[in-house]
Amino acid sequence: MTPAPSTGHARWVRVSHWIVTLSVAALAFTGVEILMVHPRLYWGEVGNDLTTPLIELPISRNYEHGGWSTPTPFFAGASSQVTASRTYDIFNQNSWGRSLHFLAGWFLVASGALYLLIGAVAGHFRRHLVPRPGQWSRAEFWREVRNHLRLQIPAATGGPDYGLLQRTAYAAMVFVTLPLMVLTGITMSPAITAAAPWLLAVLGGYQSARTIHFVAFAASMSFLVVHVLMVVKSGFRRQMRAMTIGKTT
Amino acid sequence: MKHPRLIARRELLAGVASAGGLLLSGCSRPMPPTYGSLLRLGDNLTYAAHRLLLPDQALVKEYSHDEISSFPAEGATDPGDPDGPRPNDTYRQLQRGGFADWRLAVDGLVTRPGSFSLAQLKALPARTQITRHVCEEGWSAIGEWTGVPLSRVLDAAGLQPAARFVTFYSYDDFADSIDLLDALHPQTLLAYGMNGRDLPVPHGAPLRLRVERQVGYKSMKFLTRIAVTEHLDDGGDKGNPKNGWAWYAGV
Repeated sequence: MTPAPSTGHARWVRVSHWIVTLSVAALAFTGVEILMVHPRLYWGEVGNDLTTPLIELPISRNYEHGGWSTPTPFFAGASSQVTASRTYDIFNQNSWGRSLHFLAGWFLVASGALYLLIGAVAGHFRRHLVPRPGQWSRAEFWREVRNHLRLQIPAATGGPDYGLLQRTAYAAMVFVTLPLMVLTGITMSPAITAAAPWLLAVLGGYQSARTIHFVAFAASMSFLVVHVLMVVKSGFRRQMRAMTIGKTT
Repeated sequence: MKHPRLIARRELLAGVASAGGLLLSGCSRPMPPTYGSLLRLGDNLTYAAHRLLLPDQALVKEYSHDEISSFPAEGATDPGDPDGPRPNDTYRQLQRGGFADWRLAVDGLVTRPGSFSLAQLKALPARTQITRHVCEEGWSAIGEWTGVPLSRVLDAAGLQPAARFVTFYSYDDFADSIDLLDALHPQTLLAYGMNGRDLPVPHGAPLRLRVERQVGYKSMKFLTRIAVTEHLDDGGDKGNPKNGWAWYAGV
């Protein structure tokens, strides 16, 4: 199928694309730093070095460091919860890491909110992101998946109209993954959950929110890798011109 | 109501003026300094947004006794240990005496500066709460805290009208402050008990702060002094901003 000539990217799409790109770069970098400080993931409200994690990632010297004093029980009985003192000098760059993470978060939330508002009002989502009426079929979807896996990528048109798989991937990021990152992110805020305790109830607790935050991060990074690969394979120069100076040729 | 229209207009003007003040920052709500740092500017944006958008006295979730969890201690875990991090001779002597001679100094913008013994603090109305502690590192734990609400101690000392911040000093040589909204919050405690016993040394004996709407490092351990101030005291070299950390940690 030969693609119709593209309408190109609107200026607000280009501007928000790059603000989000920079925000995500800073968020990913500092997010990994923050995870390195405590590379253990849990479910529920509680998780710490004295409880069992779902998984512990070998990504810093804090991995299974074992630098703890002999545990002391809080209560009588063999199954008592315990306390222990840390004796190990952990890796921790969270002073700037956290503040940069939250600053980048503000940029993502502000530009993301504007993007969602303009996109809804301008009909961008209806026309370009949600699959067209009649466009969606399971057979067509899997055909596109197979073609992409074989790296048979349609040549760059420098903007919409997008293919079915492209629409699905963009819509998933815009409407599911990134909002979920923000929602799980703010659920880790003690000030925000004091005002909105329902966030903890919906997401299954503080540590559950943290774990979902990580899973959504992994999904975003997978999207990013495939997205950049597709840009390169479909015609890097043309795609970059389209997303920066807005020229489709 | 003699001149309802005039009053409405005056209120409208006052509203516009205060909204403008908020936007320009600093006028109606004192803001922490930015230290010329973009990161601290971001912290201030979060602080301003929280104080503007979140209810001032929203209470954190409280848990049941069954939900109390294991609870690591880190940072300074015994200032009485001369070989440990941040040792303190005075603390060691107080610790040897079972903290019988320990006192909490309360001074600054109060009408009755002075000090409280542990017995005096325990004689004030107590509060017990089971809350979730979240550490900036990413871990969390649930513990039961017993203590006197900070507001009771500030009442006993008598806040002067200009009071806006409360600064805390500790034996492990930290200094840090919170604003009056957090200081007067019903769940902000000076805790002397943890999980039904005296506060253990690794968790800040004999008295620690609990600021439940901010992350763990704002809940200072091993308290020795409280000072009420009009302007934000960042603790200087002993405080968070000079060491690169956000002053407001409500996130």
